[in-house]
Amino acid sequence: MLILECPYCGVMADETDLHGGGEAHLKRFGPGSSDDDFETYLFHRKNPKGVHFERWRHVSGCGKWFHAARNTMTLEVYGTYPAQTYEPPKDLVAKIKKKHPEWGGYE
Amino acid sequence: MSNAVSALQGASFDGYCKVEEAGLTGMITLRGDLASDGVAKAVKAVTGAAMPGQGEVTEGAKGRVGWMSPDELLLIVDHADAAAIVEAATASLGDEHSLVVNVSDARAVYRVKGAACREVIAKLAPADTSVMQPGMLRRTRIAQIPAAFYLEDDETAVLVCFRSVAQYAFDLLKDAVEPGGEVF
Repeated sequence: MLILECPYCGVMADETDLHGGGEAHLKRFGPGSSDDDFETYLFHRKNPKGVHFERWRHVSGCGKWFHAARNTMTLEVYGTYPAQTYEPPKDLVAKIKKKHPEWGGYE
Repeated sequence: MSNAVSALQGASFDGYCKVEEAGLTGMITLRGDLASDGVAKAVKAVTGAAMPGQGEVTEGAKGRVGWMSPDELLLIVDHADAAAIVEAATASLGDEHSLVVNVSDARAVYRVKGAACREVIAKLAPADTSVMQPGMLRRTRIAQIPAAFYLEDDETAVLVCFRSVAQYAFDLLKDAVEPGGEVF
């Protein structure tokens, strides 16, 4: 069972308290963008074996969206952080990098 | 004024804990910036309770205040006073960006009384109830519906859910306290 700490409530919420929202930190391409960019934004998602940044919603708790960094292979959770950001916090990225030097980094 | 009735009108069940519907309870949702002095002042003025921190519920002379999310409070007050409290809180908040709504009749409230009240909730919710102490509030789900609960004292748990699922919640709790279903 996946257990994430909600950064707003501070509680350890398990998967059944949460709702997954897919890949985090998407860059939106809206009106006026090229068809290729728009297609990428709409349909193309990362599907890594390893470190992944995701959006989750604490649906039966505070109802807020937050981000989580976890490993899709080992299910290890590296950390969670509030959604009011365009990229993962530097210290979290550094922590993951230290643990997995072979990881290509965020992006 | 219509005759107000609670969802299950005080239905109760005696198992290894006692489950009872709490009857008419005033509930007010207050949304706003919880860090602002204006909100704290309004909460203090209408309930007498201090501002709850993350995951807490505080008690004052006229009611309890629970922390529901970073921008939402639940005021639990006397049912008859709820409308007046909404007015007083709205007036006290003035121009502050906020919302105060009387949701008394949209909720059902249950009390689970008994030494094993934590265990009964734990059967239904994914929350760690063993760490719950009086003064803490947890918003979670019971079986398939959202619910929040807190402890009034070590042997009384109060559970709040939507009125539309009141019967479902009562049936769940009734099943969970069935004699012979003790876990520990």
